Amino acid sequence: MNVPDHLRYTSDHEWILLDGDTVTVGITDHAQEELTDVVFVELPENGRTCDAGDPVAVVESVKAASDIYIPVAGEIVEGNIDLEADPSLVNTDPYGAGWIFKVRLKDAAAVDALMDASAYKGLIG
Amino acid sequence: MSRSLSRVNNTIHETPLAPLHIELGAKMVPFAGWNMPVQYTSIIDEHTAVREHAGIFDISHMGQFFVEGDGAEAWLNSLLTNNLTKLGLGEGQYSIMLNEQGGVIDDLILYREAEGRIFLVVNASMIDEDFAWMSKYLPEGLDLRNESDQWAAMAVQGPHAAALFAELFPDQSLPPRNGMASWTHEGELLMVCSTGYTGEEGYEFFSSSVNGSAWFQRFIDAGAKPCGLGARDSLRLEVCYPLNGSDLSPSHTPLEAGLGFFCDLEKEGGFVGSEILIHQKRDGLQKRLVALKYTGRGAPPRAHYGVFSKEGEQISELTSGVLSPSLREGIALAYLPLDHAKIGSLVDVDVRGRRFEAKVVKKPFYKKA
Repeated sequence: MNVPDHLRYTSDHEWILLDGDTVTVGITDHAQEELTDVVFVELPENGRTCDAGDPVAVVESVKAASDIYIPVAGEIVEGNIDLEADPSLVNTDPYGAGWIFKVRLKDAAAVDALMDASAYKGLIG
Repeated sequence: MSRSLSRVNNTIHETPLAPLHIELGAKMVPFAGWNMPVQYTSIIDEHTAVREHAGIFDISHMGQFFVEGDGAEAWLNSLLTNNLTKLGLGEGQYSIMLNEQGGVIDDLILYREAEGRIFLVVNASMIDEDFAWMSKYLPEGLDLRNESDQWAAMAVQGPHAAALFAELFPDQSLPPRNGMASWTHEGELLMVCSTGYTGEEGYEFFSSSVNGSAWFQRFIDAGAKPCGLGARDSLRLEVCYPLNGSDLSPSHTPLEAGLGFFCDLEKEGGFVGSEILIHQKRDGLQKRLVALKYTGRGAPPRAHYGVFSKEGEQISELTSGVLSPSLREGIALAYLPLDHAKIGSLVDVDVRGRRFEAKVVKKPFYKKA
């Protein structure tokens, strides 16, 4: 299972990439493999301000719709519109072209509280 | 996981093929009281395999009944909607079991295996209820048996399904569409019925439950892709085959469900529920189960999502829905009031507060080219 070392993770199987005061969020390789066949992604509205843990996006497979939670408090600044045309990017490139949304952090230190790669590897066994 | 589930809830059953599914990497989910494979690799891949090559589904959870004795045909004819007297030996038909109010208890396929010997295949969740209901009406002198535990059942479906059968059984020919055949193979009684739930050519194959896994594996070795209930659901919905418990229910008649073709209202002596259907046909239907297709891109439609008129009033909810793997469009079924049920009528489907426009279209959504 691919769990890149430079990312942070949540127990909801999201990955977080920190870049200055902004983070990029997607779902992990493990999560996309569990979901299989992503056929639709509902992106959050830009400008929306959220608390950590709010459901902001939905990833849908043929069989089920799964909420995606914002892992840290902040403002949604961008959704990955490429996913509207090709939702399967979440399956084929979960850590790259399959990213889902970007958040401007309310508090940059919040990222430090998230799991690192070794802790996440422990979680998914 | 299945084992711990059985401990806490003894109503979860397993088919004799469950250990094989797990070995094949299936994702198992509870369905209709059974722990079943929902998918092995990907619903879309499995769906496509059935449309283009051949797939195999474990359907051992479904029920197998036999009715035997002089007059078995006449008795079932008075119970079920379709006309059994049309059937020659070895022929089968789709039929429906109604309650006294004309609502659907179950839909099933029956085969006239021999004179006075009828084989019925019923839905998994309805085995006990169907058996109790039939027993209630059973006359003296007829034998009704539930043999569901003794049979393993698998559906082999797709354009290559017949070739796989010929490879496994070079001396046995497949019956014509809706027909059945039984024969003894190395001492084991086998049955095959040319039917299915996918809109493809194919058959349902029955063996003793102990040999089910070996047969399933043989079909896979011959080239069938193991497919789960996820693909079974998307395949059947593309061809508008109803699912009992979702699209069919005791609160809707088969006429409302668009299954009038399978209800012989002229049948001598009628059948349970027939008077209600005759009245309904005379007075006109109030609602119909229609096929809805998104007019644009949208979030996948699913059962229970609200259906709204263009004026914004809720008029129904979806009974089934999926983003069609073959068509790449949102497709769904819903009972709509008659004034919204015409081909070309526009409605909106509510998905988490967002509205997606859908149009009433002709059934089925998908037709073989």
